Amino acid sequence: MTRTLITGNAAAAWGARLAGAEYVPAFPITPQTEIIETLAGWIDAGEMECRLVTLESEHSMITAAGAAASTGVRVFSATSSQGLLYGMEMVYAVPGYRAPFVLVNVSRGVQTPVTLEPDHNDVLAARDSGFLQLHCATCQEVLDSTLIAYRLAEDHRVRLPALVNLDGFYLSFTREPVEIPDRAAVEGFLPPYDPETTRFHAGEPVSQGVVVLGGAYYSYFRYEQHLAAQRALEVYDEVAAEFAQQFGRSYDAVETYRSEDAEIVFFMIGSFSTKAKDAVDRLREAGQAVGLVRPRLLRPYPAEALRRALDGKKGVAVIDQNLSMGMGGVLHGELAGALYGRAGMPSVLASFIGGLGGRDIAAEEFYEMAAVTRRACREGSTPPPRLLYTADELRQMRKLQAVAHAERMEGKQ
Amino acid sequence: MYRIRFHGRGGQGMKTASRILGSAFFQQGYEVQDAPRYGAERRGAPVFAYVRAARRTIQERGIILEPDLVIVADDSLVPMPAAGVLQGVTPRTVLLISSGETPETWRHRLNIAGPLLTLQAEAAAGAEQHFVGTALAGAAARLVGVITLLALEQAVQLELAGLGGETLSSNLDQALAAYELMAPQAGLVSEGEALAAAAYQRPDWVELPLDEADAAAAAIHAGATSVEVRTGLWRTLRPVIDYQRCNRCWWVCSEFCPDSAIRVNAEHFPEIDYDHCKGCLICVAQCPAHAISAIPESSEAQP
Repeated sequence: MTRTLITGNAAAAWGARLAGAEYVPAFPITPQTEIIETLAGWIDAGEMECRLVTLESEHSMITAAGAAASTGVRVFSATSSQGLLYGMEMVYAVPGYRAPFVLVNVSRGVQTPVTLEPDHNDVLAARDSGFLQLHCATCQEVLDSTLIAYRLAEDHRVRLPALVNLDGFYLSFTREPVEIPDRAAVEGFLPPYDPETTRFHAGEPVSQGVVVLGGAYYSYFRYEQHLAAQRALEVYDEVAAEFAQQFGRSYDAVETYRSEDAEIVFFMIGSFSTKAKDAVDRLREAGQAVGLVRPRLLRPYPAEALRRALDGKKGVAVIDQNLSMGMGGVLHGELAGALYGRAGMPSVLASFIGGLGGRDIAAEEFYEMAAVTRRACREGSTPPPRLLYTADELRQMRKLQAVAHAERMEGKQ
Repeated sequence: MYRIRFHGRGGQGMKTASRILGSAFFQQGYEVQDAPRYGAERRGAPVFAYVRAARRTIQERGIILEPDLVIVADDSLVPMPAAGVLQGVTPRTVLLISSGETPETWRHRLNIAGPLLTLQAEAAAGAEQHFVGTALAGAAARLVGVITLLALEQAVQLELAGLGGETLSSNLDQALAAYELMAPQAGLVSEGEALAAAAYQRPDWVELPLDEADAAAAAIHAGATSVEVRTGLWRTLRPVIDYQRCNRCWWVCSEFCPDSAIRVNAEHFPEIDYDHCKGCLICVAQCPAHAISAIPESSEAQP
């Protein structure tokens, strides 16, 4: 087993290369650009047989990806943040083509204000699009999830595009040891794409994105996408089991860490969840029964697996690295929906918003979230949602506002 | 776990240094995580990179709050609060500053009791003037005391393979020389502990109040604030106009300057605003009369 130090971006590029992606429509954006640069370098050096085309926008890029996938080639693309949002019209359109491809999103907070650092509001904007969503916590997982995503997306029972998400900076620019499997082993798991009936070509015209009026037809086509996405739950389990058998790395739809006998669990997605694992280890050393439950698969939503993982727990500290204005954390609301009214489910779901725009979540904050949740369980009342934000951070903000205020007053004189 | 931070300016090779040290640890059988951290900056702007190395899987992520070793490639960054060089430094943190001044001077200046070393890191021959990353990676490798000369050598070769022949070998010489130089201090840096959960300081969380929309909108209310950002400090190479050769075309260099840092005076001579010129040298390439040349910022021959 040879392991190499590579970044999350390089891991995504390796995923595309090993999957034998044949067509890559591309458009650069920080912190994703290294992915398409890496692929372009390999193609230029003759190490990868693939056509990479730079488009004039992400809107065109997603359109090209959907169209190319309809011709029956294996398609890969990557974007981030505002790029994903710019392409959003087509992100919602292409799943209806029922032509599979893989799109990597390198999470970065959305504007306004502008940032380069990560949170999950970008990828969650694609939550209801029909794209399947796999969320990664390590660089190894980025490579492996890309391969798994192709198998899942291309399965004839599913045939929907899939999004693989990794956090900007914390994974995209961070090197970790990654085992890069060889091409032959990957082909055993992911054979060349068999597009079956998806083979659009000039001799056989096909119209995509057609109009259907009178809601009933529309309802049918939309609900079929939903059913296919739901079917992907079962297919994911099969694919992940096969992957584990071949490569020895297990990727359950829901990762559980020391949660079996836990009273309190952290619940979150993304790379900060490894920090939660560290916190779990330290809390265990301090004699507290704490664990972690992390959905890898967010679409389809693994509700049943989550219920199994949380059965009998006293409380859950849900950490949302996103914010739905006027509502709160997206994961919190979704989890409540999955658990409500079922026997044996934890009665306390404490909501924490943290890590927006890449803000760190410190070890003592994990300890305190566990303490708050434990207290809530004891008292039998759910605490109000909590933004992870310190008095010192607010002081810094006030200083900045004082400068802004002075400048504004000057401007008015 | 070892937690190491490199501070420098864009172009000095801090990302490369962190990768060399990361690879050296990896060669030595450690689990490793290394990463650069930068925003929209470029050459000359303050940047940092970090390395974590441990005998077990690394779950920690992001910035290093309590470093075991802090390496500073450019001593002008030390007093700059925004560069965060001294952030989280404890009495057991080892500081290594690339500087012509003595450790005593720095210790006195910073009022620091902990271990502090200086090293006048030189860029390798043939390398860009300010590229001191390899030397500092070599020094760091010796300071942690668990990296062999062979592992360091392999790491430099791996990370700089793209540079080829002479550049690679002169960089390797720099790394190995710094490794030797630090021999008396081998093992000075020790592994830090993780923050225990039994007794921790509770985070000082606050409730955010709802502020007036005017105050809560991310807007800058003064005009031309970018003028106050002295991006000229980022420059490593300085364009210099030879007015004997300038044919006063009055527009090419000033038009091509992406930062509008060249103005044309009443006599149609261009003048460079060195407070804001970042040293991209597009003007050098564009000048039809070849009247603009580039000199290193640190050069004695500076006008």
